[in-house]
Amino acid sequence: MGLMRRFSSIFKAKASKTLDKYEDPRETLDYSYERTLEMLQKMRRAVADVATSRKRIELQAQQLQRSAAKLEGQAKQAMSQNREDLAREALTRRQGIATQLTDLQAQHDQLKAEEARMVEGSQRLQAKVDAFRIRKETMKANYTAAEAQTRVNEAISGIGEEMGDVGLAMQRAEDKVAQMQARSGALDELMASGALDDASMSSDRLQAELDRGLAEPAVEAELARLRGELTGSSTTAKQLDAPAEDATAAPQAPAQAPVEEERR
Amino acid sequence: MIVRISGEGQFDVPEGHVDELNRLDDDLTKAVDSGDEAQFTTALEALLASVRTAGEELPADWIGPSDLVLPSPDATIHEVREVLGDEGLIPG
Repeated sequence: MGLMRRFSSIFKAKASKTLDKYEDPRETLDYSYERTLEMLQKMRRAVADVATSRKRIELQAQQLQRSAAKLEGQAKQAMSQNREDLAREALTRRQGIATQLTDLQAQHDQLKAEEARMVEGSQRLQAKVDAFRIRKETMKANYTAAEAQTRVNEAISGIGEEMGDVGLAMQRAEDKVAQMQARSGALDELMASGALDDASMSSDRLQAELDRGLAEPAVEAELARLRGELTGSSTTAKQLDAPAEDATAAPQAPAQAPVEEERR
Repeated sequence: MIVRISGEGQFDVPEGHVDELNRLDDDLTKAVDSGDEAQFTTALEALLASVRTAGEELPADWIGPSDLVLPSPDATIHEVREVLGDEGLIPG
C-alpha cells in the first residue's frame, strides 16, 4: 500500500479514537463539542507558549547584538592605537557572536513560522467550532434516529479529524518550543558564566588594555611636563622673587605643581 | 474526493485526478523507504501541489471527514514515520 493511504488510514483511525461515542448520538455531539472547545483553549495556550519562546530569543539576540557592537567599537579603537593584536582579538570574538546570532535568527524564523501556522490553525478550528455548534443544535432539534447515525457520524468524524490535525500541529510546536527552551537556557547560562559572553567578559579585559593604550601617551606627556618643571626649578626659584601679580597671572604657575603631584 | 493537507485544510479533488495522485504517491513511498530527506521533500511538495491545483479548498467552516489525509508541507520523514508508528495524535 502506498504511503498516502497508509498515512490516511492511521491518521483517521487515531483521530476517531479522540472522541468517545455514546449510545445516544445527541450525547456524542455535545461531548464532541466540549472536547473541541477544550482543544481550542489548549491551542491558544500553545500559541502563547510559542510567542514567549520567540520573545526570549529576541531578547538574547539583542544582548548579543550589543556585545557585537561593543566589540566593533573596541576594534576601531585598537586600530587607532595601532594595536592590531587587540583589534584582531575583538574582531575574532565578534565573529563568534555573529555565528550565534545567525543560529538564533534561524530559530527565530522557525518559531515565527510555527506561530503563524498555529494562529491559522486555531482560526480554522474556531470556524469549525462555530459551525459545529450550529449544526449540532439543528441535528438535535430535528433528530430522527434513522438519519441521525450517518449525519452525526459525518460531523463527528469531521470534527475529530480536525482535532487530530490540530493536535499533531500542537505536538510539533510543543516539541520545537521544548528544544528551543533547552537551547535558550544553555545560551543564558553561557552568557551568565561568561564562557560564550566571554565576549563581553574578556572584552572588559580588552577594554582595560585599550584604556591603558589611551592613558599611556597622556601619562608620558604628564611625566615629561613634570620632568621639565623639575629641571627648570632653578629658574622657577628666581621667578618667585618676581612681583606677585606675575605669579598669580600665569595659569601654569610652578607653585601649583606640587599640588598636582599630590593628587596622583 | 476530499483530501486533507495536514495543517493546511481540506480540498475537494475530482475523482479523475486519483491516478495522478497515485503516481506521485509512488515517488513519495520510495523516498520514505530510502530515507532520502531531499527526495522526500520534493516528492511531498509535488503531491501537495497537485492536490492544491486540481482541487478546490473547502471553507474553514466546512465539517466532514476526508478520504485522504496527507502530511503537512514541512513534514520530515521522521515525523511521517512517527505517525505511522504508535505515537498518539492528541497530546495530553
